[in-house]
Amino acid sequence: MPAPTAARSARQRSNSEWAIETLIRMLGVSTIGIVAIIFLFLLTEGVPAFFQVPLDNLFGSRWYPTSDLFGALPLLLGSLLVTLVAMLIAFPLGVMTAVFVREVAPNWARELLKPMIEVLAGIPSVVLGFFGMILLAPVVRTSLGAPTGLTALTGALVLAYMALPTIISVAEDALDAVPRSYRDAGLAMGATQWQTIWRVVVPAARSGILMALMLGMGRAIGETMAVMMVTGNAARMPLGLDAILRPVRTMTATIAAEMGEVASGSTHYHVLFGVALILFVLVMAITLASASVMFRRRERGGLR
Amino acid sequence: MPHPARRMLLLLACALLLLAAGCTSPQSSAPVPATPAVAVNIQNKGSDTIVNLALAWVEAYTAIHPEVSISVTGGGSGTGIAAMINGTVDIANASREIKAEEYEAARANGIEPVEFVVAQDAIAVVVHPENPVTELTLQQISDIYTGKITNWQQVGGEDRPIVLLSRESNSGTYVYFLENVVRMGEESDLLLSPDTLLMPSSEGIGAEVRQNRNAIGYDGLGYVTPAEKMLAIAREPGEPYVLPSSTSVNDGSYPIARPLYMYTAGEPSGALADYMAWVLGEGQQQVDDLGFVPLP
Repeated sequence: MPAPTAARSARQRSNSEWAIETLIRMLGVSTIGIVAIIFLFLLTEGVPAFFQVPLDNLFGSRWYPTSDLFGALPLLLGSLLVTLVAMLIAFPLGVMTAVFVREVAPNWARELLKPMIEVLAGIPSVVLGFFGMILLAPVVRTSLGAPTGLTALTGALVLAYMALPTIISVAEDALDAVPRSYRDAGLAMGATQWQTIWRVVVPAARSGILMALMLGMGRAIGETMAVMMVTGNAARMPLGLDAILRPVRTMTATIAAEMGEVASGSTHYHVLFGVALILFVLVMAITLASASVMFRRRERGGLR
Repeated sequence: MPHPARRMLLLLACALLLLAAGCTSPQSSAPVPATPAVAVNIQNKGSDTIVNLALAWVEAYTAIHPEVSISVTGGGSGTGIAAMINGTVDIANASREIKAEEYEAARANGIEPVEFVVAQDAIAVVVHPENPVTELTLQQISDIYTGKITNWQQVGGEDRPIVLLSRESNSGTYVYFLENVVRMGEESDLLLSPDTLLMPSSEGIGAEVRQNRNAIGYDGLGYVTPAEKMLAIAREPGEPYVLPSSTSVNDGSYPIARPLYMYTAGEPSGALADYMAWVLGEGQQQVDDLGFVPLP
């Protein structure tokens, strides 16, 4: 059919553009859809646990799933303890590293450090777990006088190492977004470089740095393999001052260790999904908190 | 410009296509029906205690019968039996008897588990080689694992805390140890102390016992390495302390020994029946080599 070529190609272009747009939109929506499906799946498999097991058993302190004792409290507290200690170690270290890489290091050092930090993020967790089990655990036992090297602290150290790359790169992005004029103004006022960094640049980037903490925490609480290898997996209540030098059992390690064994549809099976549900909600809460920090920042006018 | 309705329709079609793809893929990847023509493939899974023995059997058997291929994986007795219930394996290895509810679950899926005792295993209680303690009674081991005894001094050792090591609760060894050592074969609700470290593997227990002088662990005799020290065990305080070995298991003097099982999905036939017969006959030669105890 003879038609004006210009008009036809324009129509073709608009058609292909529409197709691409649709595809992108679908992919975007499907990501959210998959999260929703996972949540729905966890709900249907996990909620029966809250009906099949009396709540005082489910939130009791004894986790002996093969003897019908499903006290998930030690697991919850174990996860929280390991994650919090990991953050206490990783957050200052990560922010300091980000400050160094962004503000202090000369150009050549920055170009060397950034890829190395990215390599850090790529180390498989099972390798780190092995490293923790063989090298770190004996050090913790002999130098800190713990009865065994497989402790909450060992787990926290490995997790801190794993969360570092996330914290460093997010914090570094936040520092990067602080306008050059802030630094110039600080220096022009007679502040030293250190005073400028500590009193001007870091406070200006604080919401981004807070987000780094949140994302690092999300990374730490969900980690499984390394934690399973180094924390000893004893489902004891991590209370008291010595809890950090005693073994703990985290929610993730419990799910990983026990899910392969359970008969599908049994109470134990549903309880494991219930634990996964608690974990999911926790991670969701952390992520939402970090998102709200980010949105608040936008509303305030773009300054990180 | 495309009409909005047409756009919606296309979007819907795409979504449907995606959904259809998602729905059909599990079916197309479903297990291919066994073709008994040339090569026979037997799936064998379960107890980590048995996995090395099962591998040795497969190696020896396929050397004589190259037409049969058998794949062996571990994971724990519960894992193997669960796989049999779900119909994905032909043989489940277990270091404990099948539970009543597992049996019922299998029957509900149309699978009748058939039990074979294929070897015996002694459970060794191990400590660090430099630990001066060499012998314990069953009662002492029970008290240690329930947390009643927490220092080696209380059983004649050094002034050190005791670190308890155990396998994960999906392990048949764990179940056997809990019922026959901690509860000493009696009906009770005794449980392992919450301070017990649950190790995901035999190697995890071995590694910790080798490097930690506070540790006590237990594992199948076949898994004890020379770098760990086995304890001699007495049934009652007055009775002789006995180290685990083939002899002491067969004459019944070592108190913690158990049968090892294979469960087939239904009465075995064809190649599977030949293999099981071989395991119970000639296969017993391999049992001793791996530190297990052959059937009497």
